[in-house]
Amino acid sequence: MFAHIGRATLALLGEVGRVTLFLKDALLQGLTPKIFVRQILEQMMRIGYFSLPVVGLTAFFTGGALALQIYLGSSRFNAESLVASIVALGITRELGPVLAGLMVAGRVGASIAAELGTMRVTEQIDALVTLATNPFKYLVAPRIIAAVVTLPILVGIADVIGIMGGYIVGTRSIGLNGYAYIRNTADFLQFNDVSSGLIKAAVFGFIIAVMGCYHGFNSKGGAQGVGRATTNAVVSSAILILAANFALTSLLFAD
Amino acid sequence: MAEGYIELYNVKKSFGPKHVLNGVTLSVPRGHSLVVIGGSGTGKSVMLKCILGLLHPDSGSIRIAGEEVVGLKGKARDDYLARFGMLFQGAALFDSLSVWENVAFGLIQGRHMARAKARDIAIDKLGQVGLGPEVGNLFPAELSGGMQKRVGLARAIAADPEIIFFDEPTTGLDPIMADVINNLIVDCVKRLGATTVSITHDMASARKIADDIAMIFKGEIIWQGAAKTIDHGGNPYVDQFIHGSAEGPIQMDVLKP
Ligand SMILES: Nc1ncnc2c1ncn2[C@@H]1O[C@H](COP(=O)(O)OP(=O)(O)O)[C@@H](O)[C@H]1O
Ligand SMILES: [Mg+2]
Repeated sequence: MFAHIGRATLALLGEVGRVTLFLKDALLQGLTPKIFVRQILEQMMRIGYFSLPVVGLTAFFTGGALALQIYLGSSRFNAESLVASIVALGITRELGPVLAGLMVAGRVGASIAAELGTMRVTEQIDALVTLATNPFKYLVAPRIIAAVVTLPILVGIADVIGIMGGYIVGTRSIGLNGYAYIRNTADFLQFNDVSSGLIKAAVFGFIIAVMGCYHGFNSKGGAQGVGRATTNAVVSSAILILAANFALTSLLFAD
Repeated sequence: MAEGYIELYNVKKSFGPKHVLNGVTLSVPRGHSLVVIGGSGTGKSVMLKCILGLLHPDSGSIRIAGEEVVGLKGKARDDYLARFGMLFQGAALFDSLSVWENVAFGLIQGRHMARAKARDIAIDKLGQVGLGPEVGNLFPAELSGGMQKRVGLARAIAADPEIIFFDEPTTGLDPIMADVINNLIVDCVKRLGATTVSITHDMASARKIADDIAMIFKGEIIWQGAAKTIDHGGNPYVDQFIHGSAEGPIQMDVLKP
């Protein structure tokens, strides 16, 4: 029993160490010239632009469901006017970044790990090195940069769509006044609410790209190994996102 | 053989408890073509990767033109790698890039050549391996195995390297395509005057490309000599291998029922 816990702890610490070393290489080698602008733009399209539909839909339905729940709860206290402001807070501070992060982890984290994993097991990464191209610069850095830049943009859009979802449910099915809904949202929402969500998004983007690249880079053993890398990338980034979200919430709203 | 251009001395490499290279010592004179033969999983690819610095040997020395190359870093490593071309076992073409971009990759990224000029060179190299310019715009997934090997060969010779490694260039090809690849290798090497190390377990290929042959067994070189002498080398391991016999000193770990 204790031996089991001990082994698991050692394995975890070993993994943390390996990720740290990977991170050191990624930052030291990847973020120094030369910078592959073409690759960064391509990854921004793939990570950001193509995630828009998934993230937008998630935000829309979440905003709607949130409005409904808050209405059902608050009507017991005749506090329906809170719907707009709580939806706005919930979406910008927590649900926008976390849900977008998790959806992108599933979509992008998996595809990064699968792509780099395949490149590893088919020796394409070795081939890169022999052609005098540093894979940390060519493969890893563009993905990290693109994810860190595009996730806040995605979350900003998700915020707007989520609040819109709440607005549509609030005005159509609950019967709140549309003008009042928008005024409640605008009056109540503070810069800090939005910016904290965007900071979280950048951190989540970093986590997703690093875990995807790390697991892909270190995959071995053919198709099965790539499959394992993909799963590990998604699971580890989802858990890290939730943990980081908790840490960031305590940090950003500590007063 | 002190004057070897590529010299390995007592190179060892293990993965955890698994000893793959147990002290490889090898010498290839400048301009020669060495073929390393040996069974699957005996460490042939690992040996090439150690020379290229893709894997770090645990101990031993690797010298190219008299210079120690184990542990090179940064610019020195890039300059070192620029002297090599490598054809990987599975061709290892970048599947997100078109064929010509694959061939031109080292020129554009490694040597900062303009794309248009690199493209012309790539098309020319594709011609040297018998592929027309129209192939340049295809993607690797659209090519047969033999064509992928040829593109890999074109990519390996694109930057006119001094040293070329071929890792199982004919494995998985039909005998005719294998012979086509062998001829291309011989032609390319002659044209460039390169020093080459090839790995194979295809004896027909070995006889065709080799000046010298070395045999690796259990992570050590157990025989090295001129290609012509291999049939009379008198080494029982080599004899068993070239005759493809199950009987002999090399025992496969096959469980008897
Ligand atoms: N990166 C690696 N990690 C662990 N084991 C490896 C690695 N690369 C090769 N090996 C092991 O080393 C042995 C020799 O591999 P290799 O050199 O590819 O054989 P071959 O002679 O067929 O080319 C194999 O048993 C393989 O499993
Ligand atoms: Mg091999």
